[in-house]
Amino acid sequence: MSATIEPDTASRPRDAERMRRWLRGYGLLSPALAVIVAMLALPVAALVLLSFWTQNGFELDRTPTLENYAQLVRLTDEPTVWFGIPFYFSYPVPAILMIKSVVMSLSATIAVIALAYPMAYFLAFRVHKHKALWIILITIPFWTSYLLRVFAWKIVLGFNGAINSGLKALGIIDQPLEFLLYNPGAVVITLAHSWVAFAILPIFVSLEKIDRSLLEAASDLGDSKLKRFLRITLPLSAPGTVAAALLVFIPTVGDYVTPTLVGGPGGTMIGNLVQELFLRQNNAPLGAAVAITMMLIIALIVAIFLWAIGYRRIRARRA
Amino acid sequence: MLKKIDGIWVYAVFFVIFLYGPVLLMPVFALNDGTFATFPLKGFTLKNFSAMAANTSMILAFQNSLKIAVAVAVLSTVLAMPASLALTRFRLPGGGPIQSFMMLPLVIPSIVIAVALLVIILKIFGIQLSLWTVAAGHVLICLPFCMSVLMSRLEGFDPNLEEASRDLGCNAWQTFWRTTFPLALPGVISSLLMGFIISFDEFVIAFFLTGTENTLPVYLFSQLRFPNKLPGVLALGSLILVGSAVLVIAAEIIRKRGAPSNNPGDY
Repeated sequence: MSATIEPDTASRPRDAERMRRWLRGYGLLSPALAVIVAMLALPVAALVLLSFWTQNGFELDRTPTLENYAQLVRLTDEPTVWFGIPFYFSYPVPAILMIKSVVMSLSATIAVIALAYPMAYFLAFRVHKHKALWIILITIPFWTSYLLRVFAWKIVLGFNGAINSGLKALGIIDQPLEFLLYNPGAVVITLAHSWVAFAILPIFVSLEKIDRSLLEAASDLGDSKLKRFLRITLPLSAPGTVAAALLVFIPTVGDYVTPTLVGGPGGTMIGNLVQELFLRQNNAPLGAAVAITMMLIIALIVAIFLWAIGYRRIRARRA
Repeated sequence: MLKKIDGIWVYAVFFVIFLYGPVLLMPVFALNDGTFATFPLKGFTLKNFSAMAANTSMILAFQNSLKIAVAVAVLSTVLAMPASLALTRFRLPGGGPIQSFMMLPLVIPSIVIAVALLVIILKIFGIQLSLWTVAAGHVLICLPFCMSVLMSRLEGFDPNLEEASRDLGCNAWQTFWRTTFPLALPGVISSLLMGFIISFDEFVIAFFLTGTENTLPVYLFSQLRFPNKLPGVLALGSLILVGSAVLVIAAEIIRKRGAPSNNPGDY
């Protein structure tokens, strides 16, 4: 348009060529983008829509309502009376289950970072020969079956499992330890084990990128080993560590396999409720509301986390 | 030269034991002659493995998984290749946000993806659940992985080679097949393998989107509830682990082949 008003002979052909290049680029991009829009954006939008409808027996009531979201925080209409005291409590209360899932997932994330950081440090600073071999060794478990890694912990922690039968065979205990399996602790251990291999890579990459001459300079200027680590290595590896934490936290909140296999009744998480509502109770609208709320809470926690880190960094720069 | 043995070396060794220990118990107990996965081990047997040959429902599930994984690997690589080229070679306006959007399946819990697809497939389009719907869901989650592999490969070699090919008179299509594709081939193969592995092992989406036919992980999951099925599960699990490990190693070796990459942390 502007070209016809103000003829610019020098830039017109270049603009046209750039346009053509962009069009070709978008053309190449479009099939994959279309798949993601059609199979992620549209379904999630449908899920949002569904969460405002209600299930009426076998019929779907399409009157928009916030009823499902109200259900998430409402305890029960009829209190359960225990020892004469009314408890407005029904299991599972979605809001409580949600908080529990977040706490369990955060615990697993902290455990993963605590386990992965030293290993990433080892790979980046101590391994000189066969680095590729070590990295392949660490990452193989992540790509092999998730279901089986979780199942493996069932064998390890079970009533007749490896730990119990091993300790019994060694004569250390008479009765199997029952507290090992089917509780939140088992879920956290299993989640940490399943994701730790995935968390090492981003931390390792950020450690590997650190300019070694900075460390040499610090040591020439008399910094101790610990001081060098705290003032150079740790801050410079923070972006990778944050990425690793998010890569573990985000998917584990909604994990379904681990709580189902090793969680037991006390170790269920929000993913179990979603499954229950969709496949057993035939209440997809409420299930949709739970799933959407879960995504929003995850997004909120991630945003707060990133904001807190960004804020600290800005303050440090000003000081 | 004597390596310094210190705390962190000891940690590394314990870490590898922690990582592999639980998983390696599976083949140990699969070869053990007993109904339960308990110590002390009783005796060596291969009967758990030989029994698999007669298990028709398992073999059917294995075939289903194989079909889906091959289709998913090919489809996601075919979709990811042009997209990766667009994002690495054409400085597109909005390229960054588009790329982040396309990586979303990596960070959305798979149960949310599963139920969202379930809603749109069943309630909105009224399509019957089948192996096709499972494959569609798998393509979605494999795409970001395939794109990451292909993009890092495409960034790893010199784009001037493609420019040279165009200067020498090749059109875009010829440049792609004669220059870009051969140079990106290790990435393409590793993208295929990665798509295959992810689809073959994926459980949650398959569990929600499968109709009457099982995939192997769904079959395995259905067996986990019955204690008397344990030896069979252990044998099958051991084979899946070995198979996946072999494929992962192959994917890694192929990815590292060819022109060395300049990306830090890439070995």
